[in-house]
Amino acid sequence: MTFEELCGKQTEEVERQQALKNRIMCCTAAGCLSCGADGLRQAISAEIAAQGRQADVELCGSGCMGMCSRGPLVLSAACNRLYGNVAPADAAALVSADPAATETLADRAIDLDSPFFSKQTRIVLANSGHVDPEKLADYIAAGGYQSLGKALTAMSPRDVVEEVKKSGLRGRGGAGYPTGLKWELVMKQIPQVKYVVCNADEGDPGAFMDRSVLEGDPHRVLEGMAIAGFAVGAQQGFIYVRGEYGLAIQRLQTAIKQAEREHLLGARILDSGFQFRIDLRVGAGAFVCGEETALIASIEGKRGEPRQRPPYPPESGLWGAPTLINNVETFANIPPIVQNGGDWFASVGTASSKGTKVFALAGKIVNTGLIEVPMGTTLRTILFDIGGGIPEGKFKAAQTGGPSGGCIPEQFLDTPVDYESLVTIGSIMGSGGLIVMDDKSCMVDVARFFMEFCMDESCGKCIPCRAGTVQMHDILHRMTRGDATEDDIEMLETLSGLLRETSLCGLGQTAPNPVMSTLKYFRDEYEAHIRERRCPAGLCQMESQLEEAMA
Amino acid sequence: MDRVTGKPRLATVWLGGCSGCHMSFLDLDERLIDLAGRVEFCASPLTDYKDFPEADITLVEGAVANTDHLSHIRTVRERTRTLISFGDCAVTGNVTALRNLFKIEDVLDRAYRENSTVVIGIPCGNGVLPRLLARVRPVHEVVKVDHYLPGCPPSADTIHAFLMDLLDGRAPSTSELRFG
Amino acid sequence: MSVKTLEIDGRMLTGRTGETVFAVAWDHGIQIPRLCHVGGLSDVGACRLCLVEIEGRKRLQASCLTLIEEGMVVKTATPKLKSHRKLIVELLLAERNHVCSVCVMNGECELQDLAASHGVDHVRLRYQFPSLPVDTSHERFGIDHNRCILCTRCVRVCDEVEGAHTWDVCGRGTASHIISDLGEPWGESDTCTSCGKCVQVCPTGALFSKGKTVAEMRKDRGFLKYIVTAREKKQWIG
Repeated sequence: MTFEELCGKQTEEVERQQALKNRIMCCTAAGCLSCGADGLRQAISAEIAAQGRQADVELCGSGCMGMCSRGPLVLSAACNRLYGNVAPADAAALVSADPAATETLADRAIDLDSPFFSKQTRIVLANSGHVDPEKLADYIAAGGYQSLGKALTAMSPRDVVEEVKKSGLRGRGGAGYPTGLKWELVMKQIPQVKYVVCNADEGDPGAFMDRSVLEGDPHRVLEGMAIAGFAVGAQQGFIYVRGEYGLAIQRLQTAIKQAEREHLLGARILDSGFQFRIDLRVGAGAFVCGEETALIASIEGKRGEPRQRPPYPPESGLWGAPTLINNVETFANIPPIVQNGGDWFASVGTASSKGTKVFALAGKIVNTGLIEVPMGTTLRTILFDIGGGIPEGKFKAAQTGGPSGGCIPEQFLDTPVDYESLVTIGSIMGSGGLIVMDDKSCMVDVARFFMEFCMDESCGKCIPCRAGTVQMHDILHRMTRGDATEDDIEMLETLSGLLRETSLCGLGQTAPNPVMSTLKYFRDEYEAHIRERRCPAGLCQMESQLEEAMA
Repeated sequence: MDRVTGKPRLATVWLGGCSGCHMSFLDLDERLIDLAGRVEFCASPLTDYKDFPEADITLVEGAVANTDHLSHIRTVRERTRTLISFGDCAVTGNVTALRNLFKIEDVLDRAYRENSTVVIGIPCGNGVLPRLLARVRPVHEVVKVDHYLPGCPPSADTIHAFLMDLLDGRAPSTSELRFG
Repeated sequence: MSVKTLEIDGRMLTGRTGETVFAVAWDHGIQIPRLCHVGGLSDVGACRLCLVEIEGRKRLQASCLTLIEEGMVVKTATPKLKSHRKLIVELLLAERNHVCSVCVMNGECELQDLAASHGVDHVRLRYQFPSLPVDTSHERFGIDHNRCILCTRCVRVCDEVEGAHTWDVCGRGTASHIISDLGEPWGESDTCTSCGKCVQVCPTGALFSKGKTVAEMRKDRGFLKYIVTAREKKQWIG
């Protein structure tokens, strides 16, 4: 397929879709699938056949529509209405051409003008909910692969890198390294063989951003990677996706096959001289493999352990070759940047954090789900306007950045969410998991939970992380049992310092963050556990081992 | 300080250990005579005391292995000015704590059933025998310890140097200390 | 061969290009502590004892993996480094069952020496008392996992010098452990050549020769240098 043919195909598909009476988009992301979207989809499909409307009503699956708490979700394109909690019994009403029939669904219609939608800006998730992730034509109709076409026909690799630099895009995996600079580093490397790697080993508890992007819009990631390959001079890409993401793996495999068939990947892409293959590498459930050097080791077939940096992957990565590693969401931002220009992207967000960020809202919040907001949006807007607030009880803290992040208390709700501001208040942007806690959550127990996670996920290579997380967990566990002393708080702080400064990789270096931030903002809870052997949230059982022995 | 003699009161305590540290202490030999001139020995495992006396310095041998040890060391701590973990069992748990690798029932079975030849069965009754703690603990896990004197046992020279430092009001040197 | 000049602990020292900070420091009598490093094997930077402060670098650097640079200013024994090292030794002592008094290597153990030289007179952390096996299935040697600190010297010497790669690491986090072949008892290993190099490089009493009792095991620390020098320089000197 040439670029012209691609454009032709787009027009053709758009016209075909417009000719339809209705397109029913049934959310088939993991959230909705888990509450019955599959059966619903079959029911709608059967209903279309029963009503004999195959010619003018089309049923499509779609990526995540965001409001996971109300799933399964169905979007009826003809009337542009989104329905929540749809059951297979509603299929007839959905398919029916009679407007009166759809009135039975009116009470489950979700207001598309509500703050949940109006306060979001969707760049990465632009197609989610509108494009069938299993149909290449759908993606093409939505303007897919146009950016790759533009890069290949009208830009030089340097132009692409410049555009990404101009956009101000920073790594969405959490650390926020400027993406353009990383691309430039790899582009400038002399060796002929280079690699592009997509880090899809999303592992933070409560995080499902990358998963949703891969499940809902896989071609966007492939396109972003192909553009990166063109820009840095690589012919081979790898997507390292965690094995738990079965649906994402399946949809990526489908998407890669589709793209290769149409010469959007593989040899002679869009009839140009550029070739780029993408292969999947499936992780086996180790959180540490999200760390780039461990990820590289894992792709190479070695034990997933990090190594000392420098050298950084742009100089020496996969099999020693210059390697560009970006996160799923970072790659998903690339096609719109190339299409609309870096300046356009840079107009969204704050001075140092450009664009949008996808967050997965979880925990004690009304609208659990997937959202995308401009950088700089305040936590209050995210949690109370978009998230709909706390179902019952009082807001206590929001946890960002997963096991590497921190807990943000109420006094910082008006902090703009960007890379620097979050660091200032003791947390990090992280990959986008946002867990909300109310007054029934014990902050010592929260810290213990995350430390247990790090302890289980430590690779065991370096001592501070391997043995230090065990000791920190031991102390936190004893606190929740009422078997800790004042000295333990001090030791917790000492160990935090050790792990932060001496651990080999980011996992160990950031493992103390949940402890440090809760100690900083909720020290009184720690002290109550120790001095009064009391859990203010009423959660911890306080069954001291030693006291028991004395009884 | 002893009210009669005006000398510092020294006590030694024996918890869960083999008494090897006390033997090493006795290896001070003639230096014991000098030591006796400088301190008032107020309690030891051989002293028949009902209540542990007030002491300025107490050397604690052995780990905390049962409920008796636990209550005793708490009393000792209350009545001691400077408490010293004396030897590896007190400092680390050492051999005494090797049983932490097994379940208590298995340990007792091994001792009183499998390897017993005369009276077979775990002794029990009337609270005569203290209950074993779920885990053997080093002394500093249950009470505050002021100084540590590791070694299995610490040599007489080490003990002597340590006590002299303490009696002369110097911070005891840790440079010669090692486990094992 | 080009030479680079750098400052370590206030002394102006020179080293060859490509040498590590660790190597240059030791060449000049500055003994940076280490457990996973052993001369003649590749370095992994896992024990974190050899971390040093380098001016202009935000993070502490593992000196065994950091190449010298012209004008580098290195500090190897600041109070912060010393306190970190002490705590790392304590972490190791608390992690498994290191009972010096009943160990074959009592008196010669590198971990025991480090504890003594870092003023570790007690461990401020809770001993974990994990239940770990001892494999004595090999005819001449044994491995006691209670004493293993996971330095991986055995793994590397077996792979890099003997070429057998009998040893490797299995599991993760604190459950990591050394295995022979694919987890078979050592005595049933098809790849083990019984050369004993792993036993000699092991810093603690984890790998030992059978028939040795408490404090009797002594290890040959010079053999590796001899073999590596012979292999690389064709010189039979120790």
